[in-house]
Amino acid sequence: MTEQNIANFVNIGERTNVTGSARFKKLIMEGDYAAAVEVARQQVENGAQVIDVNMDEGLLDAVHAMTTFLKLIGAEPDIARVPVMVDSSKWHVIEAGLQCVSGKPIVNSISMKEGEEEFLAHARLCMDYGAAAVVMAFDETGQADTKQRKVEICTRAYKLLTGIGFPPEDIIFDPNIFAVATGIEEHDRYGLDFLEAVKEIKAACPHAKTSGGLSNLSFSFRGNEVVRRAMHSVFLYHAIPAGLDMAIVNAGQIDIYDQIDPTLREACEDVILNRDVPGEETATERLIALAESYKGKDQKAEKEAAEWRGWPVEKRLEHALVKGIDAHIVDDTEEMRAATDARGGRPIEVIEGPLMDGMNVVGDLFGSGKMFLPQVVKSARVMKKAVAHLIPYIEAEKDKLPEAEQKTKGKIVMATVKGDVHDIGKNIVGVVLQCNGYDVIDLGVMVPWSDILKAANDNKADIIGLSGLITPSLDEMVTVAEEMQGAQMTIPLLIGGATTSKVHTALRIDPAYEGPVIHVLDASRAVGVASRLLSDTQRDAFVDDTASDYVKVREAREGKTKNPLFTLEEARANHYDPFYSDKPAPPMQPGLHVFDDWSLADLRDYIDWTPFFRAWELHGNFPKILDDEVVGETARTLFDDANAMLDRIIDEKWLTARGVCGLWPCARDGDDITVYLERNEEHVVLPMLRQQIKKSRDRANMCLADFIDPAGDWIGGFAVGIHGIDEPSRKFIADKDDYSDILLKSLADRFAEAFAERLHKHVRTDLWGYAPDEQLTNDALIREEYRGIRPAPGYPACPDHSLKPMLFEMLDAEANTGLTLTENFAMWPTAAVSGLYFGHPEAEYFGVARIGRDQLEDYAQRRGVDIATAERWLRPNLD
Amino acid sequence: MTPSTRSGQGARQTLMQEAAKRVLISDGAFGTQIQNRKLTEADYAGDLNLPADQKGNNDILALTRPDVIADITRAYLDAGSDIVSTNTFSANTISQADYKAEDKVDAINVESARIARELADEYAAKDGLPRFVAGAIGPTNKTLSLSPDVEDPGYREITFDHLVEVYRQQAAGLVQGGADFILIETVFDTLNAKAGIFAVKKLERELGREVPIMMSMTLTDLSGRNLSGHTVEAFWHSVRHARPVTIGLNCSFGAEQLRPHVQLLAKLADTLVMVYPNAGLPNELGEYDEEPDTTAALVKAWADKGQVNILGGCCGSTPEHIAAMAKAVVGLPPRELPEPPTVMRLAGLEPFEIAA
Repeated sequence: MTEQNIANFVNIGERTNVTGSARFKKLIMEGDYAAAVEVARQQVENGAQVIDVNMDEGLLDAVHAMTTFLKLIGAEPDIARVPVMVDSSKWHVIEAGLQCVSGKPIVNSISMKEGEEEFLAHARLCMDYGAAAVVMAFDETGQADTKQRKVEICTRAYKLLTGIGFPPEDIIFDPNIFAVATGIEEHDRYGLDFLEAVKEIKAACPHAKTSGGLSNLSFSFRGNEVVRRAMHSVFLYHAIPAGLDMAIVNAGQIDIYDQIDPTLREACEDVILNRDVPGEETATERLIALAESYKGKDQKAEKEAAEWRGWPVEKRLEHALVKGIDAHIVDDTEEMRAATDARGGRPIEVIEGPLMDGMNVVGDLFGSGKMFLPQVVKSARVMKKAVAHLIPYIEAEKDKLPEAEQKTKGKIVMATVKGDVHDIGKNIVGVVLQCNGYDVIDLGVMVPWSDILKAANDNKADIIGLSGLITPSLDEMVTVAEEMQGAQMTIPLLIGGATTSKVHTALRIDPAYEGPVIHVLDASRAVGVASRLLSDTQRDAFVDDTASDYVKVREAREGKTKNPLFTLEEARANHYDPFYSDKPAPPMQPGLHVFDDWSLADLRDYIDWTPFFRAWELHGNFPKILDDEVVGETARTLFDDANAMLDRIIDEKWLTARGVCGLWPCARDGDDITVYLERNEEHVVLPMLRQQIKKSRDRANMCLADFIDPAGDWIGGFAVGIHGIDEPSRKFIADKDDYSDILLKSLADRFAEAFAERLHKHVRTDLWGYAPDEQLTNDALIREEYRGIRPAPGYPACPDHSLKPMLFEMLDAEANTGLTLTENFAMWPTAAVSGLYFGHPEAEYFGVARIGRDQLEDYAQRRGVDIATAERWLRPNLD
Repeated sequence: MTPSTRSGQGARQTLMQEAAKRVLISDGAFGTQIQNRKLTEADYAGDLNLPADQKGNNDILALTRPDVIADITRAYLDAGSDIVSTNTFSANTISQADYKAEDKVDAINVESARIARELADEYAAKDGLPRFVAGAIGPTNKTLSLSPDVEDPGYREITFDHLVEVYRQQAAGLVQGGADFILIETVFDTLNAKAGIFAVKKLERELGREVPIMMSMTLTDLSGRNLSGHTVEAFWHSVRHARPVTIGLNCSFGAEQLRPHVQLLAKLADTLVMVYPNAGLPNELGEYDEEPDTTAALVKAWADKGQVNILGGCCGSTPEHIAAMAKAVVGLPPRELPEPPTVMRLAGLEPFEIAA
């Protein structure tokens, strides 16, 4: 049984119910069963886990309509895969329906309305047909309205049913949702009565389920969709924890609780929970008054929405792609496909024609800077859904098609290289390329060179694209280039990712491979580069230009008078000399501190948004970027989407923030820091690197060890990580929703950074406690106005990534945080930060920059590795 | 009429008790055994004076050559069958209409069950081990879930009520003749099986006692669905209300192909699992040529893993196959019944659970 087939709360689709859907009713009345079947199909595609079928309409032959419809959907495997709820107020209609349903359905409903005898007769038939049953809270005297009556009737029904051997787990009680805010005082408790009744019924009737028809609740607000949706959402928000297992509801018409206007939400809550409200007005009166103000809103939006829906289908497809609206894309694509088919065209023409036209508009807007990455990724989501709809049709005719015609613009194999796990940038480039008609084969992260070459060969790739974020990945890219040369490949190699640069590409990768090597600065350039590389007319010129450009870079580098270096000895003599008397006091709470589940809601306040926007290639400082003339609108939309997702991440607990920090006694020993761990007698030596570039008199050649007192001092370390993105990410990818997937990953990264910030604050104010009274805003934190620093291995002040395993060991980080390291010292999961804490008030960030051969040799010896290894680790800091 | 030595609740309990001790053995195919005897039209037709040729109507032999049916049943009992089934796969008014023998349906069922009953009791009396009679009900050649007309997917050749009456009549005859269980077998259409369950429940009410059901699904593709499209798990959810004394798989494939589905069912079903595969897949000539030892080794693997309670054979299997199986599973522990949690289990073509 897959996860998908086990549910905790079930939305029962109501679109195939003539009493719930005017459209469906019209189709059935007109006998258009083919279109009616499509309604069912759409419901299932939209995620209905059970579909309710109801044909109770005075003018219909309900038995005929019910049996005809059920037989028809029974013949559609993609509809029939979900269970059916056979819904009628007339038993003979239900029974006729049961005779056409082959799985295990639900009967909706039976009750004691006509007495126990008939109730049990119907129940026995349910058992004979093999159906679960909804039992309405209805008895001989009428429908249960108060809590007491609901509970009484349901427990009585439960006893009767289990008495004849009816399986308790097949009983679903419907304790009647009635309209509230009707203006009649007796109705005020209806919402609350239902909620309380559900709780008691669940307790009194083991294994039984509860359900309800939501639309009754908001009956007083017919025509005011905004208020109705809000009421339904608020009601479910309270009913599910009370024990409601399912509801008949149009899933598309429920809002996210947190996204409802708080004023409206509270007003709905007051009404549903029958709360006393201050002032003259009752809760009902207040909601009615408030509802007025929502009437116009929706109509305006509807009108706007309706307008483009009236356009010709090609225009609608373009609009959907440009605006990134996926609501109607499958319908519109199907309409286009059917029209193409009708005039003798092929399904691929829908892609090559209107869809690519739409994407070209997107591409042009993006290329000319009028559209931005988040919008492009949203457009890609729409495109993917459209293509996914067409693929079965294309596959169906593929056999008839000569291979030459199954063309794309080109095949690109992409991978994050071995030892590296970062993939946001690579995913963005992949999406952008796909949008532009390239066939992208994404090999994922930590891909060894052999797999990359094999995939390129197997797929007859036109281009290989490599990505990486950490510095050791640069070497790995050189390896891939060398192996491509060894395999005598000739296809272009694209290089991208945060640590890559034109200079590194020109100096180290380009010479390793005779084929074209191109550094791609960011996603917006990827398409231009790919299209030129694969163009018959532009390719040679482009390749030559790039190659000669790289030659120039190398020559410039060659001739460049490098900043002269001190010898290591001279540099050490010019070390930084802090006032050791200012060193921080010993920590209040030394040793290790483990945090299994830091509150995400708390971390949210510590998010630094500027890098978030940068990840999406929107440059500018937060919050100014939101009002930026050029990118402001995009930034605002992205920011809203991000916050909506943050709400869900926090409410639904998608992610878990785990962290550990440690505070240990230590001492400086030359350029080493010796750390004394409590848990064993051994000490750990952390070798540090020193700036060696010649400085003017008054500026020191810094080394992190300088901030530590040789006579004894304290140091800290930390590692934090965000777990749990895999599952939601998988769902997004399955849903062809790259936008949400990338959004999720970029938010996870932000959470990791926010956690590092938050934990550092906790260390300063509490655990180490050298700044107990610190009062800094998030802005001030981002500006690093606090005392002390937290440099990370692999970053400028401490460029050797290989210190991470030592730090992890000191923190027992694998066990304490679930973080692991790849062979090239990248942390997994990717959203993670680790580093050291220095508490001296004069401690500051700096870059080690270029070092000399003497320091390399010295470092290798202190680090206990051979020179070649040290060379590999410190490559970016060498010549 | 021979009264049944065991009936209703008694048969269920006795079977459960025996199945708790060891892996039980049912029987093999009738069809191939009958073919080997090269019977003539005269053998089939007897003196029934039916208005159509009877050759090929294997079920009618219970009336015209009861000795043949008894011989085959005896051969299976000798081979070690604990359960013998009646030769009544097509003994219903829909299938018998092909031979214009609809009015013999009652007699065929009663007589077939009587033959099996007498022999079962005879063997039980010999060694004291209980023997059981499964009254076999085939699917008919009509289907409630599918339209025979591709142009009209809403059309059905038969109604639920009609099929219920057909099954009820057959089940009544089998019970009257002494069957312990009604074996609804070779289920390719789940809705047909549900009509079968409905019919047996109706019969139970008429008789005022339990008529335990054995239920056996047949897969039509290797992914594990039957013709109406149900997965093994969805099928189990759809028929569980029958409280079947056994659930299982038969026909369509050999043991080799059934393996993953047996494994799934074994974990799922809180009742006995009975599997009786074909003797491999048919060769180019449509013959089953899997050797008894081969089949036995394949089904033994399930018993080794504790996945089955009852083993037998379907198309192509012979008393030799059954004997080989019986020998192979001697001393092996039977499958223990799982205790799945009490949750709502629904099904379309696929299963759906609502967590407790």
